[in-house]
Amino acid sequence: MDWVNAIVQGVLLGGLYALFAAGLSLIFGVMRLVNIAHGDFIVLSAYLGLTVVTSTGMHPLLALIIVVPTMAAIGYFLQRGILNQTLGDDILPPLLVTFGLSVILQNLFLAGYSADPQKMDAGALETASVSVAGLSLGILPLLTFGIAIVVIASLQYMFFCTSLGRAFRAVSDNQDIAQLMGLNKRHMFGLAMGIALGVTAIAGILLGIRTSFDPTAGSARLIFGFEAVIIGGLGNLWGTLAGGIILGVAQTIGAKIDPGWQLLSGHIAFLIVLAIRPQGLFPRVSG
Amino acid sequence: MPDPILSLKKLDAFYGDFQALYGVDMEMAEGEVIAIIGANGAGKSTLLRSISGLMSNEIDQVNFLGKGIGAHRTDEIAALGLALVPEGRQLFPSLSVEENLLIGGRLNRKGPWDLQSVFDLFPVLKERRAYPSTALSGGQQQMVAIGRALMANPDLILFDEISLGLAPVTIKSIYDALPGIVGDGMSAIIVEQDISKALLVSDRVYCLMEGRVTLEGAADSISREAISHAYFGID
Repeated sequence: MDWVNAIVQGVLLGGLYALFAAGLSLIFGVMRLVNIAHGDFIVLSAYLGLTVVTSTGMHPLLALIIVVPTMAAIGYFLQRGILNQTLGDDILPPLLVTFGLSVILQNLFLAGYSADPQKMDAGALETASVSVAGLSLGILPLLTFGIAIVVIASLQYMFFCTSLGRAFRAVSDNQDIAQLMGLNKRHMFGLAMGIALGVTAIAGILLGIRTSFDPTAGSARLIFGFEAVIIGGLGNLWGTLAGGIILGVAQTIGAKIDPGWQLLSGHIAFLIVLAIRPQGLFPRVSG
Repeated sequence: MPDPILSLKKLDAFYGDFQALYGVDMEMAEGEVIAIIGANGAGKSTLLRSISGLMSNEIDQVNFLGKGIGAHRTDEIAALGLALVPEGRQLFPSLSVEENLLIGGRLNRKGPWDLQSVFDLFPVLKERRAYPSTALSGGQQQMVAIGRALMANPDLILFDEISLGLAPVTIKSIYDALPGIVGDGMSAIIVEQDISKALLVSDRVYCLMEGRVTLEGAADSISREAISHAYFGID
């Protein structure tokens, strides 16, 4: 029963990892940009949430109403103002610039919030649980997993069933020709980054309720996000959810064997998938 | 001549240090169909890239509907009513046939062309509407590329080498469809290597050689000798 419990908890944890990864996957898919600062944007969302919660006293989940649009706006203007300038045939400039952003963000957190670990207080939600077939499932992990499914289903719908998604796919396929259709690629990239950071905001708030965070917490989240994307296969959102779940399960099983093995076993699972299927488990069928 | 729909004034174009066009002048009236002929590397595609904004120029070197657009972005020019059928089709591989057409129509310009009228023009596309665009034959892909440009209801449509790499019977069916496209007043520029096809569908012809206009005249009065001289630079 303990093992079943470890697997179920791992699956639920995978939902959070999928939320870390969805934004990464989206911007890489649309504009081939690898955002090294992605983890720091997750932490930025958590700090923004913390600020909203402490200054207004509202529940952390309610703070989403403020943090999600704020992060989306930051994403749009960051893309239009800085990141668009780095995109081109060379893959190096966006890597360097987002790495620089990562350093800047971490130091801003340090200056603004100190190095002490912080956490958002979600009251009874944090410890509430339900018993299902002898397993005790936390309401917060269940909620996180449910939100991950809703977010990924919405992104999937946006991508494949709306004119905005059609435009994203066209720009991703061929930027020149997409512009002939009247699409301004700089605006489209801004929208993609806005949506990505909006999703990141959800991930950051849920992270900040679940666990404590500090100014350097971003890099581990970046790695989990990358691993989930690669395990699942680039460009496939449901694959990213599967990747997050595999990573989560590997970690909880590792922790079950020995608490010190939690992170390592996740990375080992990632390396095994990379060795056996370098293209990921469910790569995008075409393209 | 009434106000030209498109005029080029001393248009130069460069790829880095390489100059591809040298002071090209051109005027076309509304509703006119112009053919641009010339050998490989004469600058035909560069000309279309400059007009459509894929290459940036000085603002007054390209005038469209009385407005300098030489330095405008491609998407702004598209919104003014200019569409390009690019060389080699260049459909969006992750979009279905129907989605490729729909994205062509996303500017919502008024006009006769919509999904239905494109399907009427190329009925085979209606059967294949849900297919990935990569699953079509070359000729069918060319039909999608033409349909995609028409969906924008442009005032001026540019065709870049639409017969390149296609079977003769397919070329014929695409050229048979052309009068139905340009018949109701749409202006068109056709870049073509097949001179006889180009002369057949156009009102006037420009011949380019090494980035310069070497010949210009009415399609029905221009002589074969003049063309071969302008085309190859030999007597």
